[in-house]
Amino acid sequence: MSDRSFGFRTRALHAGTPPDGETGARALPLHLSTSFVFDSTEHAAELFALRTYGNIYSRIGNPTVAAFEEKLASLEGGLGAVATASGLAAQLCAVLALAQNGDHLVATANLYGGTITQFSVTLRRMGIETTFVPAGDLDALRGALRENTRAVFTETIGNPSGNVADLAAIAEIAHAAGVPLVVDNTFATPYLCRPIEHGADIVVHSATKFIGGHGTVLGGAIVESGRFPWGAGKHDLLATPSPGYHGLNFVETFGEYAFLTRARAEVLRDVGAAISPMNAWLLVQGLETLALRMPQHVANARAVATFLRGRDEVAWVSYGDLPDSPERTLAQRYLPLGAGAVFTFGLRGGREAGRAFIESLELWSHLANVGDAKSLVIHPASTTHQQLSDEELTAAGIGPDMIRLSVGLEDAEDLIWDLERGLAAAKRVAEVAK
Amino acid sequence: MILETAAERRALLDRSHTIAMVGASPNPTRPSYFVFSYLRTRGRVEIAPINPTITEIDGVRAYPSLAAYAAERGAPDIVDVFRRPQEAPQVAREAVAIGAKAIWFQYGVVNEEAIRIADEAGLDVVVDRCIKVETARFDGNLALGGINTGLLTAKRRAR
Repeated sequence: MSDRSFGFRTRALHAGTPPDGETGARALPLHLSTSFVFDSTEHAAELFALRTYGNIYSRIGNPTVAAFEEKLASLEGGLGAVATASGLAAQLCAVLALAQNGDHLVATANLYGGTITQFSVTLRRMGIETTFVPAGDLDALRGALRENTRAVFTETIGNPSGNVADLAAIAEIAHAAGVPLVVDNTFATPYLCRPIEHGADIVVHSATKFIGGHGTVLGGAIVESGRFPWGAGKHDLLATPSPGYHGLNFVETFGEYAFLTRARAEVLRDVGAAISPMNAWLLVQGLETLALRMPQHVANARAVATFLRGRDEVAWVSYGDLPDSPERTLAQRYLPLGAGAVFTFGLRGGREAGRAFIESLELWSHLANVGDAKSLVIHPASTTHQQLSDEELTAAGIGPDMIRLSVGLEDAEDLIWDLERGLAAAKRVAEVAK
Repeated sequence: MILETAAERRALLDRSHTIAMVGASPNPTRPSYFVFSYLRTRGRVEIAPINPTITEIDGVRAYPSLAAYAAERGAPDIVDVFRRPQEAPQVAREAVAIGAKAIWFQYGVVNEEAIRIADEAGLDVVVDRCIKVETARFDGNLALGGINTGLLTAKRRAR
């Protein structure tokens, strides 16, 4: 073995997926097995007490899932990872590993609509309250922190508004208050941004998006840096005896592995939001080519954004890579290889023009997802963010004219040809309305 | 020599067969018990607790001191240290005195004087690492927990 620091593409192919020790299989074996035999009763007891590593039951861990976890942790520069059934499951497990009834979170307001409702409805009902602060308002963030705050949450690239989080500044504020920064890195992927390098402590993913990359399976993951001082006083769930494990103190017993061990052995075990090994296997295939796909996603997104910006039917384009974008400075710092491939623009002519635009597109699929190899389009105010109040919509930066694009891997000229047809249809509707 | 790299730690573990664990606890929630139990049940090394307050852990005889261990069994390949940092220099002196080949300071057992004592006496020294985690990193078990082992290879693991 060697101590070389391997590059991103090499790790994408090899980390977590050595040849199979039993068979020599070069591709990752798919272990579709709910459960695993014990060597002896003593071995079983050691496994259940968390004193040894190994497989018990696929709700807690599975060798194929573990390969996905290690590969993603390597790419993010983390200590390890816990995979989950979806991105929302990853967020839920991350929060429940840190907070309980009576605790508090601070989140930036410009998040995926499903995240906002998870925090403001479901977690609130469980007694975990969230204060949402305007994106980019660091003073508001500082002011929202309380004695019972357990974490700060943000997205690298806000969905759908496209704003870029000032990760280092947010991490500094969180750390000054003794709490970790949790970052949803779904839109950037570790190819474009590795939040842990900028001070984040926990990274969550909807792997369903660019990591899987083909719109096939759901999956999520929590990655942790291993650097946060969990025993410093703010996280009793990790640093006091747990009734879930005979009085085990995770910080004392597992040191830097405390958070990951609790997230898996207690939270994922009890929540039950395990990922299928089949899905993990497909997500590993996705990670292998992430570094090839993301540059093409970014190149197409830049071409499409530049095209839209030059059109009269388009009121505005919000993409961090455009030279006049207000996000440009943060994008260049945190996303030097590109501001992702999901962005929004405003269509003149109101709701009817938006409808005509989307319905006249031939290549762009109208659906509620992002990060597919195929290009996708949606009207967030009436779909992904429909559950939000007007106030929340404004806070999340979503107007009724906003169209969200997830730019795929087709030929850029073909994507632009299709958008021209859509814009022409929207213009006709807008002129009739006048 | 202070072992800084994964390859050096792996080589040390591969060539070591006896471990004397200073500060091993029979309390099943203590970190030292987790490490002791993992190494004992894995079965590749002979591990012995060094703790004057107990006589055995899980049927494995404990010794009151490193000197008592060495008098009966000779020098251990590794002295594994679960003591407060300020007590580490004394453990290092005892490890040197019995001719131990290596000393391993567990997480948080960081003491410059202890490191210097062992290093200058020619012992291999590992600092602020866990011997259980490192053993599991190289035997493939750590990867089953979704941990980033840092190991990349296209070679089949030796069975």
